[in-house]
Amino acid sequence: MSGLLLDALSVSVGGRRLFAPLSLHVPRGEVATLMGPSGCGKSSLLAAICGTLDPALSAAGRVSLDGRPLDGLPPERRRIGILFQDDLLFPHLSVGANLAFGLPPGLKRAERRARVEAALRDAELPGFAERDPATLSGGQRARVALMRALLAEPRALLLDEPFGRLDAPLRARFRAFVLGHAAARGLPVLLVTHDPAEAAGRVVRLAPEAEADAAC
Amino acid sequence: MGTPRRRLSAALPALAAAGAIALPVLGGLVGTLLPAFGVLPAIGAEAPSLEQWRRLFAEPGIGRAALLSLSTGLAATALSLLSVALFCAAAHGSRGFARVQALALPVLATPHAALAIGLLFLIAPSGLLLRLLSPWATGFDLPPDIATVNDGLGLALLLGLVVKETPYLLLMTLAALNQVPAAQLLAVATSLGQPRPVAWLKAVFPLVYRQIRLPVFAVLAYSVGTVDVALILGPSAPPTLAPLLLRWATSPDLSLLLPASAGALLLLGVALAAAGVWIAGERAAATVGRAWAAGGRGIGAAAIRAGAALLPLSLLLAYCALAAVALWSVAGPWRFPDALPERLQGGTWAAQAPALAGPAVNSLVVALVATGIALVLAVAALEARARHGPAALPWLLRLSALPLLLPQAGFLLGLQAALLALGLEGGVAAVALAHLVFVMPYVLLSLSDAYAALDPRLPRVAACLGASPARVFLAVKLPLLLRPLLVAAAVGIAVSIAQYLPTLLAGGGRLATLTTEAVTLAAGGDRRVLGVVAVAQAAIPLLAFAAALLLPAAVWRRRAGLRA
Repeated sequence: MSGLLLDALSVSVGGRRLFAPLSLHVPRGEVATLMGPSGCGKSSLLAAICGTLDPALSAAGRVSLDGRPLDGLPPERRRIGILFQDDLLFPHLSVGANLAFGLPPGLKRAERRARVEAALRDAELPGFAERDPATLSGGQRARVALMRALLAEPRALLLDEPFGRLDAPLRARFRAFVLGHAAARGLPVLLVTHDPAEAAGRVVRLAPEAEADAAC
Repeated sequence: MGTPRRRLSAALPALAAAGAIALPVLGGLVGTLLPAFGVLPAIGAEAPSLEQWRRLFAEPGIGRAALLSLSTGLAATALSLLSVALFCAAAHGSRGFARVQALALPVLATPHAALAIGLLFLIAPSGLLLRLLSPWATGFDLPPDIATVNDGLGLALLLGLVVKETPYLLLMTLAALNQVPAAQLLAVATSLGQPRPVAWLKAVFPLVYRQIRLPVFAVLAYSVGTVDVALILGPSAPPTLAPLLLRWATSPDLSLLLPASAGALLLLGVALAAAGVWIAGERAAATVGRAWAAGGRGIGAAAIRAGAALLPLSLLLAYCALAAVALWSVAGPWRFPDALPERLQGGTWAAQAPALAGPAVNSLVVALVATGIALVLAVAALEARARHGPAALPWLLRLSALPLLLPQAGFLLGLQAALLALGLEGGVAAVALAHLVFVMPYVLLSLSDAYAALDPRLPRVAACLGASPARVFLAVKLPLLLRPLLVAAAVGIAVSIAQYLPTLLAGGGRLATLTTEAVTLAAGGDRRVLGVVAVAQAAIPLLAFAAALLLPAAVWRRRAGLRA
């Protein structure tokens, strides 16, 4: 089956499940939104899909991408891109080096540079390759973070409340920018948020585990 | 769930680091215990006996030596803690408070021996202080015959320990203040009508003290067991216990190793007694403090403000001591009671350079080897935690405090015996191994905070961008940790350069370093030469710290996000 498929996925800490097992299919080019109050394991769910779950937590269930099971694969071989609320640009690298970080290995130098420059043009930041990311505005940094994730050629995109830090007018623009790029590449997108105004596509509520505490 | 093999690979780095600390300590304790009861096959002593205890207690002044170790250790710890507490109480939140940290760091980095030699130059009968006061105020045309250093009560030793340990407790306290809600507590307490300094001692100090208890006990153990500071500033007839043992342990008469080991056991007992007295003191202080806090009205603010001068005074003494060694190292003819030398000269440096090159290289090589191993082990243990979960790390962190809580001579005498038995004694490797025991805990502590402060999402983002664990480590974590890694390296180098007893014992007295030279020369050597050695000894850690702070700023000058 193409796209991102979650099959009874759950995350537990110390034997206690954070939410009821979740099954979900996001076909290529479509968006699903996962809603739920903060602190109920949304970010842990995304980490389980990426393979970057904290060692103190454990995941159960299955994840597959375009028919390929991901369980047991290290994160660097899953080809899942993720964006967080913070841009998380590497502070020690230039904007260009951040963009080039995830480029597939084996590309020629000229090709790498061409892809970085094309991404900068897409992000409306031509000529920014040598800049220090700390000197960019919040909106510019967010766009660089998206382009960095896309240059790694992911097969799915996870969004962990990526619009929360931006001002309201900027937020709508950046949301359209992200979803537009994802749709153009036919990526399945899983968006996590607690803000109904940010939701897109099919909305799924993350159900708290029956005996879970009131925080969720 | 990890397989047993994965669990082992997760715990292995922590186990290796733990072994580097625990094996020498445990081996050293066994190596002390056996000879203390007459068993040391290397010198032909094979039957258990108590003869060496009789020899130990027959030593004239042994009781006084033990008592001096106990009293100077307790007094040095109490005075250091008191000066830190009173200073913080009076100055917390003021503008100068942030700056005092920058002033304390160089003193912390200065090796004990160099600082003690500086104090010797300052307060000796022919020292700078009396020169400044003579003859106009004192009438002395010759150095007076009074014991301002090496005094029988150990007051000069006490001063040396306080001046050296106060900055350490201050920096630990400042770190602890970041972990307690100090500002809120202070606001509440002052709003209840308590003057600020009183409010600080009543409401903030109890929480801070809980956090710095381990460093306080480390200061106590160090002060009870100090050798180099005691040899330079302490009493000589009798000395404190640790230098007394050392006389026996380094004597050509190998049979004296047995009473020396018995004495090392006695020293461990004295340290334990000191800890017991301290804990009793903690209880008493808590009872009195609770009554004071519950007593309502905030009396005592004036006394606290007066006592707050102790810490700046101690820092001032430390800087004057450093200035004194620097001055002597370039002094020309300098007669008492002239306040300054007749002229300055670089001749002493030029003359000593060839003789000092060897010890300087030995110091550096040992420091770099010990620090390098410590860094690799610490990073491996912290990486394993980041990748596989806590595993053995919390346990390792607790264990790493062990060598800091024992008086050094207590297990280093035994370590020497163990190294001797294994045929390892005497080389750079043995000395570096002994230094590692003390370097490792500080490097580990210093780095574990930095690892905890690293945003865990950055390596995860890198992995999601397709980077292998090795690339995440090399291309993301190492650059981001450049500053803490360099600071940890500087800490390691400073700890290693300061080690006297491990160098002497593991080196079998044959590996000369700047530190062993400084302590040897302090017993009546030429002051100019001593000044040169002390400056050289202090320069290494100070330069290491300067590099650790300046290098990242230079490397990241175009990266605003990494300028702290």
